Amino acid sequence: MLRAEIYKVLPGMTIDVKLAFDRGILVLFGPSGAGKTTILNCLAGLQKPDNGLISLGDHVFFSSTDKIAIPARQRKIGYVFQDCALFPHMTVKDNALYGIPSRCKKDGGYRMSVIEVMEMLGITHLQNRYPAQLSGGEKQRVALARALMVEPDLLLLDEPLSALDFATRKSLQAELKQLQRVWQIPFVLVTHSRKEMHTLADEILFLDKGCQTGYQRNDKRYPKLCVAV
Amino acid sequence: MMDPITLSLKVALIAVCIDFVFGLAIARSMARKEFVGKNIIESIIILPMVLPPTVLGYGMLILLGKRGGLGQMLMEQFGIQIIFTWWAAALASAVVSFPLMYQSAKAAFASVDIFLEQAARTLGTGEMRIFLTITLPLAWPGILAGLVLAFARALGEFGATLMVAGNIPGKTQTIPLAIYSAVETGDDELAKTLVLTITILSFAAVFFLNRWSKKKVQVWRKGSEAHVESRNI
Repeated sequence: MLRAEIYKVLPGMTIDVKLAFDRGILVLFGPSGAGKTTILNCLAGLQKPDNGLISLGDHVFFSSTDKIAIPARQRKIGYVFQDCALFPHMTVKDNALYGIPSRCKKDGGYRMSVIEVMEMLGITHLQNRYPAQLSGGEKQRVALARALMVEPDLLLLDEPLSALDFATRKSLQAELKQLQRVWQIPFVLVTHSRKEMHTLADEILFLDKGCQTGYQRNDKRYPKLCVAV
Repeated sequence: MMDPITLSLKVALIAVCIDFVFGLAIARSMARKEFVGKNIIESIIILPMVLPPTVLGYGMLILLGKRGGLGQMLMEQFGIQIIFTWWAAALASAVVSFPLMYQSAKAAFASVDIFLEQAARTLGTGEMRIFLTITLPLAWPGILAGLVLAFARALGEFGATLMVAGNIPGKTQTIPLAIYSAVETGDDELAKTLVLTITILSFAAVFFLNRWSKKKVQVWRKGSEAHVESRNI
């Protein structure tokens, strides 16, 4: 169960949200400047809330009362950035393997090998290419592979489909849903597209100017597990 | 006894090594941090670029001389005299060329996309590995440009070197000092030879380092260009 109470003062806006979420895909929906990315950054450990609590299962990542702030590298939270943030000087394979310590590359010990993950995402044939040689959809798949290779307990996706054409977006939407069902970890996805929200969301947190304006769940999928805050 | 060409190369290489280590460390910490007094510190770092080299030389003479704070301490504690040795020439060259290394490295570090470093953090990577595998390789073209500029500046350093190392043939006489002496004594042939030598050395340094950097560092960029070309076809 992901629990987050985030209070953060930003120039011109204050973020004040509470969420509790178990599995499936939680969509943070709102217009630009609603604070969606800041919430993801706080969950990932890239930004610190002024007050609040962030925990996943038994692990407390941030607690202002107990003065706990676990750094991003120790949270095991995957993050797919809006522009993918692929390392431009590394090949697709090196990007995908980046988060895996070199000893594990040799010994295995991971749920899926890099080849299996790349096959699942259909990017095996791209493994020797550099990011600048990829299309937008391919870049997103590589970013997904890289985030999943470290076997995160939670995956954050910041408008992963916003820069893609209609056909690629549609096929990646289906892939994302499929991926979540296979991987069985909660996904938190940011979007400002209403269509995308309806297609992907198991639960929706509506945001505007840093505050939550509504919460909606798709009871057909997880009727008993959703918790509205 | 060392000829001016060997000595100049030795002095310039050591100066660049000093610039590289300190330039990288200081530029890295200054590129992304904002703090009170940053402008003052940066102004002090850049100062050797705008001050006359003789002023720097005089300052170093005061500091490293037998009665200077550092010079006296080195002599008493370790029996080391830096002034009027080729080490003084290397230090003078390092100080004068440092701003060029610092400015290039700082701009190069600042140009690295912060999201790439953040992405690496979310993949469980420590700060040192991020620096060595992401920041440094991506900033490398700019750092290399700084190294080339610093090397060329160190190779041609005259004023500060003359003040702290003197003009001792075979000991501290670098190419610029040897040219000065040759002109003073009317030895035009030697002056011309040395002028040609330092011009060729400087040109070769810039040319080969640039060529090497393009080959070594920008493979991924070439790959992307090839891909764009193939798409256009």
